[in-house]
Order: sequence, then structure tokens, then C-alpha cells
Amino acid sequence: MPLPYYVSPEQMMQDKAEYAKKGIAKGRSIIALEYVDGIVLAADNPSSSLHKVSEVYDRIAFAGAGKYSEFEHLRKAGIRHADLTGYMYSREDVSARTLSNAYSQSLGTAFSTDVKPLEVEILVVQVGVNGQANEIFRISFDGSIADEKSFAVIGGRSEAVQQYLREHATPEPPSLQDGLRRCRSALEQVATQKIPSENLEVAVLDRHRQGRKFRRLTSADISHLLA
Amino acid sequence: MNSLPFLPHHDGSSFFDFLTQHHPELRPGVRDLAMLPAALPVDLARPGTIPVPHGTTVLALKYRDGAIIAGDRRATEGFQIADRRIEKVFRIDEYSAMAIAGAAGPCIEMAKLFQTELEHYEKLEGVQLSCEGKANKLGQMVKANLPMVFQGLVVMPLYVGYDLKRQEGRIFKYDITGGRYEESDHHSIGSGGKDARSTMREHYRPGLDEDAALRVGLLALYNAADEDVGTGGPDLVRGIYPTAKIVSSAGIVDVPEARVRALYETMIAERRRS
Repeated sequence: MPLPYYVSPEQMMQDKAEYAKKGIAKGRSIIALEYVDGIVLAADNPSSSLHKVSEVYDRIAFAGAGKYSEFEHLRKAGIRHADLTGYMYSREDVSARTLSNAYSQSLGTAFSTDVKPLEVEILVVQVGVNGQANEIFRISFDGSIADEKSFAVIGGRSEAVQQYLREHATPEPPSLQDGLRRCRSALEQVATQKIPSENLEVAVLDRHRQGRKFRRLTSADISHLLA
Repeated sequence: MNSLPFLPHHDGSSFFDFLTQHHPELRPGVRDLAMLPAALPVDLARPGTIPVPHGTTVLALKYRDGAIIAGDRRATEGFQIADRRIEKVFRIDEYSAMAIAGAAGPCIEMAKLFQTELEHYEKLEGVQLSCEGKANKLGQMVKANLPMVFQGLVVMPLYVGYDLKRQEGRIFKYDITGGRYEESDHHSIGSGGKDARSTMREHYRPGLDEDAALRVGLLALYNAADEDVGTGGPDLVRGIYPTAKIVSSAGIVDVPEARVRALYETMIAERRRS
């Protein structure tokens, strides 16, 4: 019986990471940016029905980049996790931190045990109410988790988009209009072409809304804001 | 992918099914109990031996732009009053509400589960269930509670929704087996339901405006409280009044307590004079 080839653990992890990174970089970017009333999520997404950004719970939203089937699965699992916690305890006990930890655990386990790592990068964001701060968590394919301030970018050429946003950052959070314009410019610069407003998927977590804070902007809203 | 820690793999968009499969201990109407012999004498051949909801009047009626749903505030334990301020009308989502009659604990649990169910579906699928779909789902939940009925724990909902496609309010009533029946104008359930229905039959006219319809609903509750010991009327001393919600194309709104109070004060003043 021939012996299986020996592959060092370092080599295996590196190969997996490269594979996952390649898959994620193929897609387009998604931005989460704090604005004066909460958090705006903007994605370069030509499809109007296959969403990259979605509602998870009262104050929490989810964005996924990479392979659609994989982050869609994670999105649904997150909604189930949040609804279960809210049903079992109380609506205010559902937090982005707990959810991000669960995602991080799951992605980490999948990365080290499965043959094929998940080609996804996700954002879990929570708008702060009653004077609390917003929370933005970025979780990578290997389960590593980062707590971001004022903005976060996933998918596509995220480094370049981040660079643009860092250069154009303002000390105070912008208005929704300014924030959205900044997101579009950042995405356009990387795409090196104009992005028409119907190719933008935009949603906000607005802390002034009653109950569920998530709102998806219609294409009319978006073109009105960007006009 | 199939065994993510914390995140069990599951197909389907129903929270109710998710609980049943993965967390059966949290689902209302624990199934092991159903194996116990019935706690109450039940003879299916003789009508009247199945326990029916008691100590409540909740009602729903249509008006020009939608529907109104209202209920009294009293909860009883035998001949004692258990609670004077219990809330029996629940907001379910932006376009629907339900009112309950029966054992308070399981009733509130069902309302909470139904709220989660609809919100869960909406988030997973990206669209709301149709009005009809919501009503059917509630029927399945009532059916799942059937074993508990034999233990004496009846949950009887009355469901009101605004149908965005048909542009009208709709009223659904249920039986203990989960049977779902649509009412064309108005309906009332609970121990004072019969009295409330009589009042509404007399005073209801199709196409009432919001104010007139609310007055009919509150009058029906008043008359039911007059006839039925299990139903609480307006309590002027403590300032406790029945609650009502209005469902229309603009969504669901609570009727402010001040408005209910003002309507009752006029009603009572008119009765005093005569």
C-alpha cells in the first residue's frame, strides 16, 4: 500500500487560505459605513433580487461577500440563531457580539476540518441606540474576527476601497447622503467605471426607527440621494 | 457545512418547524404530555364536554378601510380575578393582529411564537407571507395544540389582517382542531362572545367609518361585560379600559387609551340620562 504524501500543516493551511482569498477577491466589494443616524451598508450588486445585505434582528444586519450559496447559508443560520435567542430570552438579549462569535467559531471549525474552506467574508453590524456605540464586526473565511471602527469593507479589492475611505474619512459621521456618495465613489474607483444607482444595493440601520431598525432603500430612494 | 457548531443545519423557513426539530423543549404543547390520560372528562360523542375558552371577550369587525380588533382586560382563576390589566390583543406584524381566548399562559406563548414565525419567514425569504398564508400558518399552530386541549389548556385565536392584494381587512376564526373560517363582517369569541356578537349584529353596518366601527366594538365589549362575569368592562375607578388595534393599508396602530376612555365616557353619560 503506498503511503499518502506528507503535506505539512503550514502548507495545507496556506493552500486553503490562498484558495479562499482567491474566491473572495473575485467578487465585488461591500461597504459598511457609520453615518449620523446609524450605519449604511452599500454593495455593488447588479442583481435586484439576490441580496448581499440583509436584516438579522432588530438592530443587527448581515452582509456577505464571496460565494453566494455559502454566505446565504450563514445568513439563514444567523437569523435562526438570533430569532431563537430572542424567543428564548428577550429581544434585547440578541447582540451582534454573540452572533459574531458563533460565526467565528463555525468558520474557524470549517476552515481547519473541512477539505474545502468557505469562500466567504462577512460583516455583522449593530446600530447603537440610547447613546451606545455602533458595532461593526468583520469575520474572515478562517474565523478570524475584527472589530472595526467607522467603516469596514469586505469582498473584491477590499484593500483599495479601504484605502479610499481612510483618505476621505471625516472626524464627524457624515449625513446619509454624503455617506452614500462616499461609498459610491469608493466602489467606483475600484471598479474603474461608473456604477449606476440601480446597480447599488443599499440598506440602513437607522437608530431613529421604531422597533426593527433595518430598512432597504428602493432604487428610487438611492437615485434621489445620489442625484 | 452540515455540522456548524452553534448553527444547526436546517431547511425551510418556518421557525415553528425549526423549534420542533431542534428545540422541542421550547415548543408549546410538549408532546410527552399528550401521552398522559386526559385530565378532564372528555367524551367526544357528547358535545359540550370539550373544555371551551372561558373568561374573555375579544372581537373583530371590519370597517371601510380595514379592520378593528379589541378585547377586555380581565383574567380569572375560578371565581377569583387573577389580573385586571392583562393584554389579550397582540400586534403580530405590520399588517396583522390576533386576539386570544383560553388559558392565558399557552395563549401568550402562541402569540409570541406566531410573531417570531412571521418575522422569521420575512427575513429568510425577503418577502412577507400573504394574508391567507399567515392565517393558515396560525391554523396549523392551533392544530398542534390539540393534545393540550384534552388537558384543559385551550388556545383560541381570532386573527385580523390587512390583505394588501385585495385591499381590505380580513377576519379569521378557528376551531380547536385548527379549522380556519373566514368571517365576512364581524366575530367575537370567549365566554362573552355570544353577547358581543348580538350587539354587533344589531349595530353593525357594512362600510362603517373608523370612529363608528370603534364605537360598535366598544359597545359590544361593554354589553358583554354586563352579561358575563368573566369579562371586564371599563374600570372607571382604576382607569383600566379595553384595548383595541386598527389594521389598515397604513399598517397597524394602537387605539390610544384616551380615545377609548372618551368614547366610554360619552356612552356611559348617554345611558345615565336615559
